[in-house]
Amino acid sequence: MSDGATRIAAAFSDSGRRAALMPYLMAGFPDIDTSVRIATAYADAGADLLELGVPFSDPLADGPVIHAAATRALESGATVHSVLEAGTRIAEQIPVVLMVYVNPILARGPERFAAELAQRGISGLIVPDLPLEESEPILAACDAHGVALVPLVAPTTPDDRMATIGRTARGFVYTVSVTGTTGERTSNQSDPATLLARVKDHSTVPVALGFGISNGAQAKAAADAGADGVIVGSRLVRAVAEAVDQGADPASAAGSVVAELADALVR
Amino acid sequence: MSAVEHRFGPYGGQYVPETLIPALVELEAAWVAAREDAGYRAELDALLNDYVGRPSPLYLASRLSEEAGHAVYLKREDLNHTGAHKINNALGQTLLAKRMGKTRIIAETGAGSHGVATATACALLGLECIVYMGTEDMRRQQPNVLRMELLGARVAPVDAGSRTLKEAVSATIRDWVSNVSDTHYVIGSCVGPAPFPALVRDLQRVIGDEARAQILEKTGRLPDRVIACVGGGSNAIGTFTGFVEDASVQLIGAEAAGEGIESGRHGAPLTVGGRGGVLHGSFSAIMQDEDGQILEAHSISAGLDYPGTGPEHAYLRDTGRAHYAGVTDGEALAAFKRLAELEGIIPALESAHAVAWVLAAGRETATEDTVDLICLSGRGDKDLAEALDKLGLTHE
Ligand SMILES: Cc1ncc(COP(=O)(O)O)c(C=O)c1O
Repeated sequence: MSDGATRIAAAFSDSGRRAALMPYLMAGFPDIDTSVRIATAYADAGADLLELGVPFSDPLADGPVIHAAATRALESGATVHSVLEAGTRIAEQIPVVLMVYVNPILARGPERFAAELAQRGISGLIVPDLPLEESEPILAACDAHGVALVPLVAPTTPDDRMATIGRTARGFVYTVSVTGTTGERTSNQSDPATLLARVKDHSTVPVALGFGISNGAQAKAAADAGADGVIVGSRLVRAVAEAVDQGADPASAAGSVVAELADALVR
Repeated sequence: MSAVEHRFGPYGGQYVPETLIPALVELEAAWVAAREDAGYRAELDALLNDYVGRPSPLYLASRLSEEAGHAVYLKREDLNHTGAHKINNALGQTLLAKRMGKTRIIAETGAGSHGVATATACALLGLECIVYMGTEDMRRQQPNVLRMELLGARVAPVDAGSRTLKEAVSATIRDWVSNVSDTHYVIGSCVGPAPFPALVRDLQRVIGDEARAQILEKTGRLPDRVIACVGGGSNAIGTFTGFVEDASVQLIGAEAAGEGIESGRHGAPLTVGGRGGVLHGSFSAIMQDEDGQILEAHSISAGLDYPGTGPEHAYLRDTGRAHYAGVTDGEALAAFKRLAELEGIIPALESAHAVAWVLAAGRETATEDTVDLICLSGRGDKDLAEALDKLGLTHE
């Protein structure tokens, strides 16, 4: 197993919770240094891994909350370089999986991008607009540098395709719980247990559930349904945005949401 | 049965969220079946003839030719029902969606031409229709917003970013990700993930196929140059495809140079060159910064105000089979006015870019024997307020 995959596997197995907790952070929102402070607050509040989002101009898989945060991060000057630098600092505290759209990877070149992640201690990579069909060059670069390329599956993914995706999965499988973009949802549209069981049938790595999970009850329900990990995004980005707009401390605001989620996942 | 192209050289592909992949697989299979199906073809051809008014005329524009110093023919897509080439694609895709059992149609629009065409097709076929449109474009193309609403479509305003076509496409893709089971996305140009670029080209090639037969019948020879404006590139690829095998015919794409290529405020990714990138699901020529962030385009014409382009055009450029050149806002405006004065034809501002190329760069490289064929992709009714204002021709 690669260095990145080993660190991710340990984060899942050592979590001590009913499911590993993986909060999302929009890097550079409201600015780079504050986002590093927010990451520290996540780690202190009990996060097991951290999904670090690179702001992108055209985030097709994201709903309005994350889209708006990305726009604000870019306006305040975030670059891929400054985000990766922040990633180095965060990875000293907690395992980091980078979430980035494909074009910034292609702009640097997959080889250079993967090498830089490895050198910075970033364990994994999630690319929401990189389906199996297009993943080969990036998977090869990640494998060569010991970075785990985490694939996504969705409720619309048929079984045979899930099997192929499962075979190339590194680190964990990111299961998109709903047919839709990121964003908070009041109820689960579909039954995550059935979906998770399908994914687990075809995967040898842990299976994490994300999209639409925003509170302790939903996180607990995900664990009940068999998720090995729970990913929470828009709820936390909203907490940061609200704190920024109200002049409050975004790190403590987002940290207390993570603490609540961690509580809900106590064994 | 030949497959649908996913790549044109290195360009194309399917860079979309996993959720959409099964829908693209389904669409490709449906298209492969439909295009070989005599029933589908007959239904589409009947509509293209009796409803759209095809074949559209090929017109020798005598006074324009006189001004240019050589023969200029106009392929009159502006005379189509709804006023642009967009209806060819919209009817083909909505008929396909109906065969696939989809009940809900979504589309993006920039200039409003594609939105109106899709709303029209949905009215005709009894399908629900939602059209995403940037709020800046809703302002620039107000008459088309009202048309779409009258046709029963819902126009969904998009307020993100530059509030133009790029954001409208992104919003439509997000809707599709959320409603993919009952919804078909009628994409308006030869862009997006496979199979869309090939599908849209196949539906638009009627322009080039007709034009080739018409010019042979009228003149007994092929044109020297075929010129079309390029936003996403659908009227251009539809026209070029008819002539791409004819090595003697030069293919020229007129992109929006906006305020000038040097200003950075343009919509000319093919003309500028540079490395390729992914926008809206395919790898092609795009406007981007060093980090791979997509840049905002600028053009006076909403339909060319787009930082990407169809992957097949990027391939035609790299292989040298087609050439792409920029036309500024000012040149396009002047051609808009000149075509009205000389021929009594008010072109869409998009199409005016192609006319402007013939009157400027094209004139310099022509001899008196040169024969040009321009795809006049649409009419200018939608642009009147904006163009007259920019030309300083409004009444108090
Ligand atoms: C009349 C007209 N021509 C051209 C275009 C540009 O699109 P494309 O390059 O796909 O033909 C548009 C787009 O809205 C249009 O309305």
